[in-house]
Amino acid sequence: MKFINFINNLDKRWIYLVLALCIIIPFIFPVGFPMKTTPPVKSIYDFIEDSIPEGGVVLIGADYDPSTMAELHPMAKVIAAHALSNNLRVLFVTLYPQGAGMAQDAIDNVLREWNKSNPDNPKKLGKDITLLAYVPGVSAVVLKMGEDITQTFNEDGYGNKLSELEIMNGIKNYKDINLMVELAGSSVVLTWLIYANGRYGLKMGIGTTAVSAAEYYSYLQSKQAIGMLGGLKGAAEYEHLLGKKNVYGGRKDASIGMDAQSSAHIFFIILIILGNIAYFVKKKKEGK
Amino acid sequence: MFVRRTLPLLVSAIFGVALILQFFVPHPASKNFYNMMLDWLIIVSAFTYLIAVQSTVELHVTKIKRKVEGWQYSIIVLVSLFVTAALGIFGGAFMPTTLWMKIFPSVKPSDTTPLMYTYLYMQMPMQSTIFSLLAFYMASAAFRSFRARSFDATLLLITAGIVTLGRVPLGEFIYKGLPDVVEWILKYPNMAAQRGILIGVQLGIIATSIKIILGIERKYLGGGK
Repeated sequence: MKFINFINNLDKRWIYLVLALCIIIPFIFPVGFPMKTTPPVKSIYDFIEDSIPEGGVVLIGADYDPSTMAELHPMAKVIAAHALSNNLRVLFVTLYPQGAGMAQDAIDNVLREWNKSNPDNPKKLGKDITLLAYVPGVSAVVLKMGEDITQTFNEDGYGNKLSELEIMNGIKNYKDINLMVELAGSSVVLTWLIYANGRYGLKMGIGTTAVSAAEYYSYLQSKQAIGMLGGLKGAAEYEHLLGKKNVYGGRKDASIGMDAQSSAHIFFIILIILGNIAYFVKKKKEGK
Repeated sequence: MFVRRTLPLLVSAIFGVALILQFFVPHPASKNFYNMMLDWLIIVSAFTYLIAVQSTVELHVTKIKRKVEGWQYSIIVLVSLFVTAALGIFGGAFMPTTLWMKIFPSVKPSDTTPLMYTYLYMQMPMQSTIFSLLAFYMASAAFRSFRARSFDATLLLITAGIVTLGRVPLGEFIYKGLPDVVEWILKYPNMAAQRGILIGVQLGIIATSIKIILGIERKYLGGGK
């Protein structure tokens, strides 16, 4: 009974402290549990690996901000690195003003790490990878891109005329994009699915936060999306797949975070079990 | 009355119907009209930022003038707003502007811009930190409120437990088949429920759009009834 009273009167600051330790300790002493790759992740990986010819184009939608970057930023980096490893061109686009900073950071990171690990096959900004300038309008931008990408943006995020950039050779609209992977933790994913995929038939993959992943399974079943990376685990699975190719030396942010997420999830479950035991014992006692 | 009420209703009705018709007319003129509409939409969207800035400034200036509780934070908001905007306008977004390089001759075109600097080293850590606090509140809330009070709540509790565990490698370590169980839950019971919700939402959107075009739904004009 003493234990039940202790549970019922537990100060929430103890919960905060233990949770903080559950997250911090695995970063210092990583365990590295093995991971199974789920089919939605593998299908995006396989499509980039096998179905896009050299020189093809992967469009990455960076529609997230620092609040969800823990889950989505590793996805942006690993997908861009994978595309570069197959000599594909990578275009970043964002419908959010804050997404431009995220995309810029991802491009900087990937280019730096790629050129460090592959000095014999260097990649260049404007030739292999770039960020399209931010244009307000959300759905109007998605629809306009379906007509003419160069007319929609005019410039890349660095102020260069799109028509003069090597990366844009032969790219007019969605017909010239082999795959678009939309990274967002909000309903902007639906904007892309409805307007770009629904109206223009753009082939799409989704990268979203773990909490939002459940919303998009119907689009996987209808084949409107070829695959999905759900949360940090989705990104870690992709990192694991790319790791097997051994072509990119960048930091595996998602894989590093998986141990911390594992211990935090276990702590959540223990808390829920303890809370319920205390609830039922108290209820039984009050009933008597 | 005509400018504030009738004209917006007429504009909505005419352009709403025109864009629906345009979708079914494969004529170059129809395509040009569609492209022009998209350009207009993008231009109008850009102006919404001006309204956002005006609204933010007005709200915080009023707070400062009236010295409402926490008015000091409003000063920080306004200073941050204008300093960030100035850094972007004069220093450049992703590449330093020529003006910036003239003022600071040591700055090279490949250098990080002051705007990107504030983004990377101020906004990024601050916003990530605030969002990560959610995990702590969730832990406390799960402990105090997530109870098996009824059959429905128990079902939710068990499913949530399985999905929570199955979404991390430790769950797979405990039971190898757990990720497959999670995948099944997400692919079938979850998807059926999500699809039902989605169909309902989309029907609602269609109904609201028709009501706006016909002028029955007028809330978007503002001003109460």
